[in-house]
Amino acid sequence: VANANTGTTLTYDLPPLPFGTSALKPMIGKKTLETHHGKHHAKYVSTLNALVAGTSLEHQTLEKIMKASYKNKSKPAIFNNAAQAWNHSFYWNCLKPNGGGVPNTNQHAKLVEKINASFGSFSEFRKQFADAANTAFGSGWAWLASDRKGNLSVVKTIGADNPITSGGLIPILTCDVWEHAYYLDYANLRPSYVDAFLDKLVNWEFVAENLERAIDSGRNWS
Amino acid sequence: MSSPGSKIIIDSALRAAANLRSSSMPKEVTQRAAAMLSSAPSGGKHTLPDLPYDYNAIEPVVSSETMTIHHTKHHNAYVTNLNVALEKLDAAVSSGNVGAIVGLEGALRFNGGGHINHTLFWENLCAKDQSELKDGPLKKAIEDAFGSVDGMKKELSDMSIAVQGSGWGWLGYNAKTGRVECATRANQDPLQATTGLVPLMGIDVWEHAYYVDYRNVRPNYVNAIWEVINWKVVEERLIAAQK
Repeated sequence: VANANTGTTLTYDLPPLPFGTSALKPMIGKKTLETHHGKHHAKYVSTLNALVAGTSLEHQTLEKIMKASYKNKSKPAIFNNAAQAWNHSFYWNCLKPNGGGVPNTNQHAKLVEKINASFGSFSEFRKQFADAANTAFGSGWAWLASDRKGNLSVVKTIGADNPITSGGLIPILTCDVWEHAYYLDYANLRPSYVDAFLDKLVNWEFVAENLERAIDSGRNWS
Repeated sequence: MSSPGSKIIIDSALRAAANLRSSSMPKEVTQRAAAMLSSAPSGGKHTLPDLPYDYNAIEPVVSSETMTIHHTKHHNAYVTNLNVALEKLDAAVSSGNVGAIVGLEGALRFNGGGHINHTLFWENLCAKDQSELKDGPLKKAIEDAFGSVDGMKKELSDMSIAVQGSGWGWLGYNAKTGRVECATRANQDPLQATTGLVPLMGIDVWEHAYYVDYRNVRPNYVNAIWEVINWKVVEERLIAAQK
């Protein structure tokens, strides 16, 4: 069941990719999308379903499960799978064919304004984001995140962590840098994948929407 | 330094003087001595060790393509970046910049650990027809600790498969208990430095170790790797640890 507000799903469902498996070639190949979505993401969803079945978490939203299990260190499996399910749903929406580059100042005025206010310039944001993505040791994620005023920061997380649980911030863009996200297309050359992501794939419409929602102080991340 | 011999003498003298914090040694000399002694072996840099076999030696368990990228790209990057971190450490130590020294912890842990782990890994693999666990101290130690060799394989396999994200599975020797045990580590955290266990056998479960050959199916890779373990080397490590 898709949540129209956020594009993330509640538990139970593997959301379909917002595009065909060949749509992001050659930046991200068909085999990668098939495996990344159909195997990795699918497994997080099915494992989560199995873990919460019959528990008090079973009918909660994904965000609620994530926050509750983050605090409960005795059940890391629930957090790992819930957060990875959330992170991947979010990630697919961050990608689109013919995306990337610089957000359009007319279409996404607020986003451009906030990027400049927070980083000084778009190129400084790009540098920080790429650095975060390239220097996450091991498996992790790079994020552009916002507070409730639209102040933006680049964050990198490890494993399944995201800025909601570990930072109290609102994600507006992410890049998956677990090796499975790029290994078939780039082998060890993570920086080439990160460049392709930034230059050719970022779905700025989604990023701008996320920023609007973050600023709308009514949005409740529970 | 005119010869390796004189270098050893000078190193020892400097080390002794630095340790004694001799007040008659100028501060600058003490700092430079500490820097020189802290970094690469024999004043040189760390280097990528050759594999003990050809890149195709353990096919089809791990392909030549994977071994080539894993060794020449991934392990090589750890070596290169370790050397960079050590140069920065030299500079930080000799300028007395404690903040900078501490700031290098992540890079040293990651790249130093990566170099250690992969060096151990290559050595504990071999061609299938040379992989044999004969009767001897290793087999006995495993049976004592786990009941059977299959019992140990199952436990280590389960633990390695369950590693979240990037990491390693290890069979290690616990000098305090005198027994072998299984452990896992995240990212490139080296086993001995972070747990005290002596590494006997490692399984790399970073995705780059198996993604080309097995994609997401880590269990198939972990189950298959047992066919190409160099038990001779693992036993030698145990015997050395027990001395």
